[in-house]
Amino acid sequence: MSIKDQVIAIIADQAMLEPSDIKMDNTLADVGIDSLGLVESIFAIEECFDITVPFNANNPTESEFDISSIAAIVAAVEKLKAEQAA
Amino acid sequence: MNRVVITGAGTINPLGVDVASTMEAMREGRCGIGPLDIPDVDRLSIQIGAQVKNYDETAHFNRQQIALYDRFTQFTLLAAREAIGQSGLTFSGELADQSGVVLGTSGGGLNTQDDNYRAVYAEGKNRVHPFIVPKLMNNAAACHVSMEWKLRGPSFTVATACASSNHAMGQAFNMVRSGMAKVMVTGGSEAMLCFGGIKAWEGLRVMSKDACRPFSATRNGMVQGEGAGVYVFEDYAHAKARGAEILCEVIGFAMTSDASDIVMPSKQGAARTIAGAVKDAKLNKEDVGYINAHGTGTAANDKTECAAVADVFGHHADKLMISSTKSMHGHLIGGTGAVELLACIMALRDGIIAPTIGYEEPDPECALDVVPNVAREANVQVALTNAFAFGGLNAVLALRKH
Repeated sequence: MSIKDQVIAIIADQAMLEPSDIKMDNTLADVGIDSLGLVESIFAIEECFDITVPFNANNPTESEFDISSIAAIVAAVEKLKAEQAA
Repeated sequence: MNRVVITGAGTINPLGVDVASTMEAMREGRCGIGPLDIPDVDRLSIQIGAQVKNYDETAHFNRQQIALYDRFTQFTLLAAREAIGQSGLTFSGELADQSGVVLGTSGGGLNTQDDNYRAVYAEGKNRVHPFIVPKLMNNAAACHVSMEWKLRGPSFTVATACASSNHAMGQAFNMVRSGMAKVMVTGGSEAMLCFGGIKAWEGLRVMSKDACRPFSATRNGMVQGEGAGVYVFEDYAHAKARGAEILCEVIGFAMTSDASDIVMPSKQGAARTIAGAVKDAKLNKEDVGYINAHGTGTAANDKTECAAVADVFGHHADKLMISSTKSMHGHLIGGTGAVELLACIMALRDGIIAPTIGYEEPDPECALDVVPNVAREANVQVALTNAFAFGGLNAVLALRKH
């Protein structure tokens, strides 16, 4: 499974939706994920990809980790995986 | 001062998943203690306990809830659902602002702590689930009850070891009595039957390896249990006006501190508390027909408790009945007083005294009517329920038939 598909699966699981219901330009709010759901999603991403996500729940929008849309999250995870491999 | 009545009761404990099945087990003198079914039990020297058997959290809660609800919170919510359901109350507007939750627990989310310490220390994991703190905190159960039923008044958690629930119910009683609250959801919960929880208790060398036999000369220690008891304490005028079913009345409460030893009980402290509850309820000693004992099954507690009862009641001590239901459901630590209150309600409402099971041989130091092994029918007007915690913190409630 690609990184994109895995991230979508995690988000869908958290939002209790089918992966096909998740659109790349959706925001987390669009799919009904609140702040607690967000930290759970970040945890699931860290566990799944064995990475550490630079995310600060005190001020999510100013973290290095871009959560502005599903596409942004996928891109951020791809970048972290690439850095890990380098 | 307002009169205070109980208009709802709920429980889940080793004897039953609700009040009716628990009282039936108490009437029949059934024992909920058995071999422990937990991971690494082979590394424990104490291998018995009173567990809530065949419990499936997924039958009651969804995945998101389970991520936030430790076992002690789950037990609390199930008991609260039964109690508040029975009361018929719904909380909104002014009533919601005047109603709160005060619950007792000793270990709080101990299973959550145990699981996650295991993950980071034993398994070398460097990351834990984000909700560990809100899941393990001692006030989690009270908060989730408050959120689920929209109780917006005074709410908090009491942690006084084995007296936690009695202290919590004492606070709830005084809040309604004083007019600070109209309705208080109260009681307590405990879920300590995990490897670390039992290991810690083992260290004290006060645990029995075979059974809990309070007041019997053959007693050899306590047995841990788990579960919850939750009640609706309501202003009598409010309950009467809405035609609520009243299970019994709460009429008095006393709490004291021995100020002497961190583990050994004190006869004087216990006696002062029992006498204090009788006085607070404006009773004559002869009015008390039944005492639900703290009765842990340890050498020290049971003889001290009997001596305190004898001191307070004099000749009447030989006429009243005193039993320990811990012989059946084990010691639920911070939740124990809450489950034991069911035996008081059964005595007052149904006229049935729960027995002290496992009783084998009289102990001259416990020479009271401990209702050995078989339940008894009796007309009881007033009951007391005792709790004497480590640290010398004592709490006794008095209840009257309605």
